[in-house]
Amino acid sequence: MNANASASHSEALPAAPRDWLPFGVVVGLVLVALPLVGSPSTWVTLTVAGLAMGLIIFIIASGLTLIFGLMDILHFGHGLFIALGAFIATSVLGLMTDWTGQDNLLLNLAAIFPAMLVAMAVTGAVGMAFERVIIRPVYGQHLKQILITMGGMIVGEELIKVIWGPDTIPLPLPVGLRGSIIIGNAAIERYRIVAVVIGLIVLGVMLWLLNRTKIGLLIRAGVQDREMVESLGYRIGRLFVAVFVSGSALAGLGGVMWGLYQQSVVPQMGSQVNILIFIVIIIGGLGSVGGCFAGALLVGLMANYTGFLVPKVALISNILLMVAILLWRPQGLYPVTRR
Amino acid sequence: MRMSLARSLISGDGPRSRVLAVVLVVIVVTLALVPFLFHGARPINVAAKICIFTVLVGSFDLLLGYTGIISFAQTMFFGIGAYGIAISLTHLGPNALAMFVGVAAALLASAVLSLVIGLFSLRVRAIFFAMITLAVAQAFQTLASQLSDFTGGEDGLSFSVPDVLTPAFSLGNFPLTNTNVDGKFLSYYLVFVVAASLFLMLLRIVNSPFGRVLQAIRENEFRAESLGYRTVTYRAVSSMLSAMFATLAGCLLAIWLRYNGPDTSLSFEIMVDLLLIVVIGGMGTMYGAVVGSTLFILAQSYLQDLMRVVSDGAAHIPLAGRFLSALLSADRWLLWLGVLFVLSVYYFPAGVVGKLRAARRA
Repeated sequence: MNANASASHSEALPAAPRDWLPFGVVVGLVLVALPLVGSPSTWVTLTVAGLAMGLIIFIIASGLTLIFGLMDILHFGHGLFIALGAFIATSVLGLMTDWTGQDNLLLNLAAIFPAMLVAMAVTGAVGMAFERVIIRPVYGQHLKQILITMGGMIVGEELIKVIWGPDTIPLPLPVGLRGSIIIGNAAIERYRIVAVVIGLIVLGVMLWLLNRTKIGLLIRAGVQDREMVESLGYRIGRLFVAVFVSGSALAGLGGVMWGLYQQSVVPQMGSQVNILIFIVIIIGGLGSVGGCFAGALLVGLMANYTGFLVPKVALISNILLMVAILLWRPQGLYPVTRR
Repeated sequence: MRMSLARSLISGDGPRSRVLAVVLVVIVVTLALVPFLFHGARPINVAAKICIFTVLVGSFDLLLGYTGIISFAQTMFFGIGAYGIAISLTHLGPNALAMFVGVAAALLASAVLSLVIGLFSLRVRAIFFAMITLAVAQAFQTLASQLSDFTGGEDGLSFSVPDVLTPAFSLGNFPLTNTNVDGKFLSYYLVFVVAASLFLMLLRIVNSPFGRVLQAIRENEFRAESLGYRTVTYRAVSSMLSAMFATLAGCLLAIWLRYNGPDTSLSFEIMVDLLLIVVIGGMGTMYGAVVGSTLFILAQSYLQDLMRVVSDGAAHIPLAGRFLSALLSADRWLLWLGVLFVLSVYYFPAGVVGKLRAARRA
């Protein structure tokens, strides 16, 4: 089989035409916002804020969209991992006040990264248990999946309350990441730059993994046609567990970043962010990572622009965005699965 | 074949289990006699809540248990009903006309909104429905607490109901039992009778030819479509009916409480309660709504006190005491319900009613 594959390498198929229109919409939104906002410096601030928010959402949502795409699993408990990650960060950062308290960017980052790693490790492990105990018995039964993952989320949220208490816990940014830097007239919060950088790194790694490695090839193939991949002899179940665990770990990472973004964490934050995430993956087309990226940016930018321009509308801007996108493309930006 | 009046009243859909029949009769008779049997405000409040929740859960079961689609916006329609009454009685004054206007406006709003959501999401893919309803319900809750000029914001609206339904109104005492026939008494029977009629209507709907088609779609959508049923239309109509019954339950709640706010009718906790009741009572069995609501609300009203006692006791256990006490505290009762919920979805998805019926067959 491998011999055949390498033999046909020389005469590669012409690349499939790429559909850039959804990203055109993102750019269009950014450009349309400029005259509406008026002042260029405010516009830069809002755009960076929107991108930062969008990238954090993308980190969380990308795992969920793959979980859905690969196994057709409706996972309503994803928010649990967001909250769990954020709460672990409060504990880890609480131990490292020596480093976070100093106005030294390197020390601060050195404190944040272990917090993120611990959060990812724990959420990944909990994700593995969650998949094994909660989800595996209901493979292929949509209604039960929704019910059971919702139940798992309720139990998890209550357990978080038992461990960390039911109240809001402050999660202050390390000193060096507070405040803004001024470029021209535009004030850009430092943390947002960090968030954008981390988000782009995650995006880069994910694109590399999905497009340049065999595992990625299998994942993409599995999303398109699970049975075919299985009949070629690959254990899609194991692949799915790996995707689920990394998706949960990414949700944990996103939770840490979201908590730092909000500078406080509550046990209910999972269910709050969950709704944003659902909107994003519906907009993107269930199962599509590219669509999820475009959707996350749209949601992040839209929230910041409308928050500035018409605060009352901002409360439902996400719903309006979703309605508009679905009227344009009823299956989402990039329909992947044929289910 | 002649059907007796009682059988036609329950649309020929009997309890099909002797134990269940006894339980149902006990519940209904007790609910019907609560003002005579108990004194004090608490039992009658609990009873009214059971009546209202039976309708709400029944409406949710029509969607979840019979049609096989899951909505997270049931509390939104419940809230629309409650706000309909609250807003119209606040602005039009406490009279029957205002109540009628409130109910009618709320029903219309719910019907339109549910139809739009249904056609929009069910047309594409039935699973969109769960996520879209979740998002819309969230947005609605935010709007309700933000538009404070209209809805009273987080504080909600307190309003007066027509005089006949206020505690100040009295027709004197009922002879034998010495029960005071006051406005509270009358409004309890209003709630009870309306709730009972709505429940019988729901039972009628699920046992009609229309209800059969819904169940066929639940069992096998593709097959139902092949037989020539327009599944999208049936699902959309089902979601609309379900929304309208939830709205009526909301109206009853507002009339009973003479208050409405986001936490009483819209909060996500109520949605979670609903899921728990439907699953524990039994999906796809209307009687599950009666049994489930009764069990759940009794537990909610009385079991939490018990947990408080146990939790205080556990605090005295050395070493693990603090953790155990946190685990058993009354505030964490959702934890145990969640565990119960997960276990019931796995081990007895047909709920209490399904178990009782299966026991008879065995």
